[in-house]
Amino acid sequence: MSDRNIRLKVRVWRQNGPNDKGRFENHELAEISQGISFLEMLDLLNRQLTLAGIEPVAFDSDCREGICGSCSMIINGMAHGPQKGTTACQLHMRHFEDGATITIEPWRAKAFPVIKDLVVDRAAFDRIQQAGGYISVRTGSAPDANAIPIGKEAADAAFDAAACIGCGACVAACPNASAMLFVSAKISQFAHLPQGQPERWRRVQRMVAQMDEEKFGACTNVGECEAACPKEISVRNIALLNRDYLLARFMKEPV
Amino acid sequence: MSLKSHVPEGAIQEKWTKHQFDLKLVNPANKRKFEIIVVGTGLAGGSAAASLAELGYKVKSFCIQDSPRRAHSIAAQGGINAAKNYANDGDSVWRLFYDTVKGGDYRSREANVYRLAEISTAIIDQCVAQGVPFAREYGGLLDNRSFGGAQVSRTFYARGQTGQQLLLGCYSALMRQVDLGAVDLYPRTEMLDLIVIDGQARGIVTRNLVTGKMDVHIGDAVVLATGGYGRVFYLSTNGQGSNVTAAWRAHKRGAYMANPCFTQIHPTCIPVHGEHQSKLTLMSESLRNDGRVWVPKEKGDKRAPGQIPENERDYYLERRYPSFGNLVPRDVASRAAKQACDEGRGVGETGLAVYLDFADAIKRVGEDAIRGKYGNLFHMYEKITGENPYKTPMRIYPAVHYTMGGLWVDYNLMSNLPGLFVLGEANFSDHGANRLGASALMQGLADGYFVVPYTIGGYLATAKIAPADATHAAAQEALGGSKERIAKLLGVRGKKTVDELHRELGLVMWNRCGMARNAEGLDKALGEIPRIREEFWKNVNVQGSGDDLNQTLELAGRVADFLEFAETMVIDARERNESCGGHFREESQTEENEARRDDEKYSYVAAWEYKGVGERPALHKEDLTFENVKLTQRSYK
Repeated sequence: MSDRNIRLKVRVWRQNGPNDKGRFENHELAEISQGISFLEMLDLLNRQLTLAGIEPVAFDSDCREGICGSCSMIINGMAHGPQKGTTACQLHMRHFEDGATITIEPWRAKAFPVIKDLVVDRAAFDRIQQAGGYISVRTGSAPDANAIPIGKEAADAAFDAAACIGCGACVAACPNASAMLFVSAKISQFAHLPQGQPERWRRVQRMVAQMDEEKFGACTNVGECEAACPKEISVRNIALLNRDYLLARFMKEPV
Repeated sequence: MSLKSHVPEGAIQEKWTKHQFDLKLVNPANKRKFEIIVVGTGLAGGSAAASLAELGYKVKSFCIQDSPRRAHSIAAQGGINAAKNYANDGDSVWRLFYDTVKGGDYRSREANVYRLAEISTAIIDQCVAQGVPFAREYGGLLDNRSFGGAQVSRTFYARGQTGQQLLLGCYSALMRQVDLGAVDLYPRTEMLDLIVIDGQARGIVTRNLVTGKMDVHIGDAVVLATGGYGRVFYLSTNGQGSNVTAAWRAHKRGAYMANPCFTQIHPTCIPVHGEHQSKLTLMSESLRNDGRVWVPKEKGDKRAPGQIPENERDYYLERRYPSFGNLVPRDVASRAAKQACDEGRGVGETGLAVYLDFADAIKRVGEDAIRGKYGNLFHMYEKITGENPYKTPMRIYPAVHYTMGGLWVDYNLMSNLPGLFVLGEANFSDHGANRLGASALMQGLADGYFVVPYTIGGYLATAKIAPADATHAAAQEALGGSKERIAKLLGVRGKKTVDELHRELGLVMWNRCGMARNAEGLDKALGEIPRIREEFWKNVNVQGSGDDLNQTLELAGRVADFLEFAETMVIDARERNESCGGHFREESQTEENEARRDDEKYSYVAAWEYKGVGERPALHKEDLTFENVKLTQRSYK
């Protein structure tokens, strides 16, 4: 298919660091091919800025095929932009009209301080993972992989949860900046598998405690997280987390 | 310096077991006295850092990404090989070993490959225990599929996201060690130099990418697991941050660079589109299990694919290689696609594409079954191209994907620089001149989980390591040099962007040192690369400062290294006057246009010693001997 060239106005957030107030900056782009990706459009903007002696817009990206979870930006008010189940890096310019104004902002959440422009600090996710988001297995101590059969349904459910790329769109989309979808995806992956059972109750309590410590908001069942998730992780995982957390507390399981 | 591979004596089946016993051990109480620096958190680096910390060593883990979970291993799609023989189709350690040596066109070290095949089964066990959700059958047991270059089903997979799932398993093991206080994590931190003290690799110079602060880290050994150098071509399937910097700086400090011209061009990628493209997207090789590759029989046939009748199509892989068909190895499939396009039979707007057609498979098993196997890949294809591959065949073309060459290592995965260990794609050791599909994940995890934890102990138990700290003259010299270079990059303020210069280099490399190479083109490249390098240092434009997050500055440093590395790569390609695997020298082909090896002259590893920027590096040869596999002209007919 042939792609047209379009003109764009870009309204992009600039912020020098966590303590800077930040502001929007306006730029115009002529001749953007609709065949290129959204981040390639930003590359072209940055080229234009560089040649004009202006520092380019900082934004995270690496794989540019929707799997590493680096890219993280609010496009026209939506985390990762308007396409469902799509990361910003997989969004293409054919979804934008000629003459459109595009507003680009960073993830906004207390637990994700802005480092610069569109780049935020998501280390809180790593710290939650450190609080038990694993199965304790020493290298070399595993039994044969087929020793424990796992039904296809359970394996598929675990996989659906494990597909999370840790981008943080769920937090950015949530009016409370809650991280429940991210945390529940990890909890749910392991809860569906026999290997995850020995540490199940300890894990859910520790990860939830760490999540609270990181100043993520509470979940009030809005559901924006699922709508924004580029991997379409289901809010049913949150129900599972809540159930496991309550059970662990009632049974007074050790933390 | 002579190159000693340190391959143990004895029958190939017993080498690794015997060697593990012969390696000296570090007393458990002494392990905590040793500090190991691990650079990179992909499958190799992440698994090494976690496993070394479990053993009791003090580990520092560095990565350039904002989280270790985002290392580029995450993007691997298709699967991981293991000689489990769960399919009961005749697989064995021996067969995996044989396929890998043959697939690598007899340019890898036999003993390393055998060990890789031997370890492969334990990797699957380890990953399953960590909760990696591999594909399963209804009975609850693990499912397998076939991959290129093999006639058995030995590939374990997690939909089209195997790399992601394996990396998350490895990342969770690493996070566990951070939780236990055994690993210090340094994300968004880039290694800018290697510190060598008394001939031993002892530390690294780093730059904190957020604050710009430069530091020295000293330890007892340095492990590099920093991936491949595919971005030297600018366009590739690699991540935007993938680079050669860590490996190149180690090379400039004395580590040999081996077989840099061995690069893999993957046959099934989405074709290049427009001039502003930043990366190429791979479509997993697993698609060739069900997709059939074809072009029109006639030159310049511009009809839509659906309008070309069956008898006017050329299913050229099935025709040329009846026994492997669409599942020939990557180098063979890529070259065949190039030949079809060079003959004027390519499809699409540019004529640089061939069809990968699922119509027969959909007719046979239904659209839902195909969606179940490849749903995410089809979805990705549609997002990028705007076309529905269930209805119309995919258009694909080869793209740079993986680099078999890398820093030279011995059997212990240690470089010629004592104390420097190199793992995964960053080393050269296991794939020869062509890597088979689903073998990169296997090698990364084998190196990190099961090889280096033993061999590093052997080194630490016997090496004499003198006390040293950041004030050591060698450390300060390296730190000073790195600071100067940052200032220099910021000082040019020229008229070209880093991307522009990187793209110029990429074009030279793709045209002269890509899918086909010849002496004349390579010689031209040796004139062109220094000119771009010179222009870079006179005319590059890096805005901003070195005191905060500056992504252009990061990239500029990496491109500057590619501009030096590229020359060594071309020199290596020029020196090797034979075709083998991914290295196709047009002067050396059979009558049927297949790669013609020259075992008499080139059955060696070319390990290059750095002599200065623009100076010809010195060649050291490690002769390859094959005691267990008979060298033949590789055939997939």
